[in-house]
Amino acid sequence: MIRFVLKKLLFIFVSLFVLASATFFLMKAIPGNPFMSEKEIPRAIKEMLEAKYGLNEPIWKQYLTYMNNLLHLDLGMSMKQQYTTVASIIGTGFLYSLQLGIFAIILSIVAGVLLGIIAALNHRKFLDTFTILLAVLGVSIPNFVVAAGLQYFLGVKLRWFDVAGLNDPTDYVLPMIALAVLPAAFIARLTRSSMLEVLTADYIKTARAKGLSGRVILVRHALRNAILPVVTYIGPMTANIITGSVVVEQVFGIGGLGKFFVNSITNRDYTLIMGLTLFYAVILMAARFLTDLAYAFIDPRIKLSSRKEG
Amino acid sequence: MERILEVKDLRVNFKVRGGIVQAVRGVNFHVNKGETVAIVGESGCGKSVTAQSLMRLIPSPPAVTTGSIRFKGEEILTKSLRQMETIRGKEMGMIFQDPMTSLNPTLSIGKQITEGLVKHQGMSSEAAKTRAVEMLKLVGIPNPESRVSQYPHEFSGGMRQRAMIAIALACNPSLLIADEPTTALDVTVQAQIMSVLKDLQTKLGTSIILITHDLGVVADSADRVIVMYAGKVVESGKTRDIFKNPKHPYTRGLLRSVPRLDQKKDEPLIPIFGTPPDLIKPPAGCAFCARCDEAMRVCVNNDPALVPVEGEGHTAACWLNHPLAGEGGESA
Amino acid sequence: MAGNTETSNPLPLSDVKLTKADFAKLDKSEKKGELVVRESISAWKDAWLRLRSNKYAMVSLVILLLIVLMAIIGQSIAGYDYRSQDLMGTNLKPNTDHWFGTDDLGRDMFARTWMGAGISLQVGLYAALVDLIIGVIMGGIMGYFGGKVDEILNRFCEIMYSIPNMLIVILLIVVMEPSMFTIVLALSITGWISMAWIVRGQIMQLKNQEYVLASRSLGAGAGRILFRHLIPNAMGPIIVTLTMTVPNAIFAEAFLSFLGLGVQSPAASLGTMINDALKAMTIYPWRMLFPAVLISLTMLCFNIFGDGLRDALDPKMKK
Repeated sequence: MIRFVLKKLLFIFVSLFVLASATFFLMKAIPGNPFMSEKEIPRAIKEMLEAKYGLNEPIWKQYLTYMNNLLHLDLGMSMKQQYTTVASIIGTGFLYSLQLGIFAIILSIVAGVLLGIIAALNHRKFLDTFTILLAVLGVSIPNFVVAAGLQYFLGVKLRWFDVAGLNDPTDYVLPMIALAVLPAAFIARLTRSSMLEVLTADYIKTARAKGLSGRVILVRHALRNAILPVVTYIGPMTANIITGSVVVEQVFGIGGLGKFFVNSITNRDYTLIMGLTLFYAVILMAARFLTDLAYAFIDPRIKLSSRKEG
Repeated sequence: MERILEVKDLRVNFKVRGGIVQAVRGVNFHVNKGETVAIVGESGCGKSVTAQSLMRLIPSPPAVTTGSIRFKGEEILTKSLRQMETIRGKEMGMIFQDPMTSLNPTLSIGKQITEGLVKHQGMSSEAAKTRAVEMLKLVGIPNPESRVSQYPHEFSGGMRQRAMIAIALACNPSLLIADEPTTALDVTVQAQIMSVLKDLQTKLGTSIILITHDLGVVADSADRVIVMYAGKVVESGKTRDIFKNPKHPYTRGLLRSVPRLDQKKDEPLIPIFGTPPDLIKPPAGCAFCARCDEAMRVCVNNDPALVPVEGEGHTAACWLNHPLAGEGGESA
Repeated sequence: MAGNTETSNPLPLSDVKLTKADFAKLDKSEKKGELVVRESISAWKDAWLRLRSNKYAMVSLVILLLIVLMAIIGQSIAGYDYRSQDLMGTNLKPNTDHWFGTDDLGRDMFARTWMGAGISLQVGLYAALVDLIIGVIMGGIMGYFGGKVDEILNRFCEIMYSIPNMLIVILLIVVMEPSMFTIVLALSITGWISMAWIVRGQIMQLKNQEYVLASRSLGAGAGRILFRHLIPNAMGPIIVTLTMTVPNAIFAEAFLSFLGLGVQSPAASLGTMINDALKAMTIYPWRMLFPAVLISLTMLCFNIFGDGLRDALDPKMKK
């Protein structure tokens, strides 16, 4: 078990290192630097700025400084917002994004697993067809369309919810749904197909031959096995939620990480882009790591043979 | 002798896309207390469906089961699901073919043995665990105390099948249905599993229905044999009679296709050519007619009944046992 | 146990009047119900038959073909060029002249929508194509040679794959100027890996099967074995993966457009059009309507068709 954890951690470290280096050199590969476009800046000030951000030093030295700073968790200063560190920007935005993200993850797991089970238990009946339809729609409609649609119909037309902001609890509803639709639909499909497979498994027949009640068979024998593929989806789901949050926060005007990310790209605020990219990567890796641990916890077969990325 | 199970005119039909498959077409047999009855036949002959319908394990929307199954004097087919739960596992146990897939991979072996005990005998979980260890010991698993908390993937195939036997017999049922219990195992392990079953049968007095296509297993362990073909019983009788004096060409065919130790070097193994009939449209006459070397005109349109033949309790369904058989001569 | 009751079958021997002639032996030719021999069909034809009987998949296929057709001819039916601005007629509602209305620069939305659909489809198609080529080559090499080669390449893939691909794509496009070429390039940087793994897995499974060993023992070379035996047999999963790549790429392109990293004006993809419309959605909601419906419909059809294809190619999976 310890070996398994260490191996995963080493892997995460290597991946982050590769990503950090790639980010750094990519940003350096952009012709010129962020201060070149602003023509009206006097030469002296420009040189001062370059010196401040270390842009006049040789590339390898900049790289070493950057890596060293990263090790001390120092992501540098924003290039566009005066006197603001990247870390402090992340600090302000993260709380909103985290709240929304966690709510959306809970909502999508609960809704997805429930729908999947309902569909599987009503195999080839109306509820099954209905759920499949819902799920295919869910994975097909891009999340900005979902977000815009919710905003327009429930916000602008029906006025049930505020159109933007996160000021009172009901404001969470629309962005949360907009974020959860895709992963929930995906989980519903996963749960349905793995549930159908599990329900025809021999060990379910064994359980029935033991005289267990339908509820015990469903919960203890079927669901526990059917849920395994859903657990592996937690990693990709986090990625989905993050990309989704970029869109949803923009549509609903929420000052979270996603909004800063969009702004940093439109403003070409390179240090902020690099910082946010790394931060997102860390979150994703952490999610995958937790998925692996959770999987090993649920599936006893994993402890012996720890192989393959999730 | 006390009859523990009496099956009469059992029919199981499955609705499929192309029509209705008549998987079991009027099967009659009984099982006495403490005896082993083998049901043999090719795959698809309805033996597994018969076995599973005894416990009502065939899912009921696609399948329709009619006839009568009397177990300890009570009709099984009219029982409610709730009542079935008190019979399954408690009165009847079942072992399946593939021990690799018939154990739940996410539950410990111990848990899988104890859940039946807790449900049917109201045991506390400690008492059930003690019993589980006892059962594992009984089926010949070494170190049962530590094995009991292991998971199926830590067991070999043969050990898993032993664990399955432990699960099936934990509540000491009066009938054990073993559906091809040795088919998926190595030959050396097969013999061990059969001897565990025999051993437990003498200790616990359980009746066993042994579903198999392996005549070697039958010869060793069954008291009586039921031969099934295309959803019907074609011959039944004491094991000795069936092996020494088979009265149905299909039974003879099965016996000829298995190597024997006393076989002469130049005596060939003869396979049964062809495939069983389509049970969506079963033939009007004898179902085996198309593959039978000894088929006669009468066989084409007349389905022979199962009638007593030479030997105690020996019955067969074949026109060759008719007094006129053999007098018709060659076909014109 | 003589005289037991196990005789309730339909025709007890004595019930039928039978003559000696009835007991004449049958010729082989007289036997009825001889072996049911079904027409044997190839795996591909079988898959096609299954696909054809799936009406959802077939409807999706027809809709997709219609969308492709409209993406090709839509602009010429519109009667307007997708670029020509008309500042006197901006943000018009759909009318007989401009069937889908006009945008904030007075450009015809009908022409732009189909143009956008074309761009989105092309992005999807090219991305799938690049994934296919790189993925099959890399996966083929890993699977066929195995051993050290496989181990090194596989480690490389694992590291590449563990880096969140959307972040890489965004970074790359920030660095390179956004265009269809760079978008496809960026999507392919990590996109080929899953294809490579699928090909690798298939080939590892297939390469030890008898027909491949037979071919090898007859002196066939690596290339011949790979392209004549292994890849055609791995085709099913490859095709299924491809049908999933196309909508994913369309999705990714739309997302990039949302970040302002999509195809640049005056060209447009469905994603950029939706993004433009989003800014004025409360006032001119219809500008959002057509591109949003079209992109959703395209994705929907690809997903349903892809599911149908997977069921058709892998009957074991079908429930």
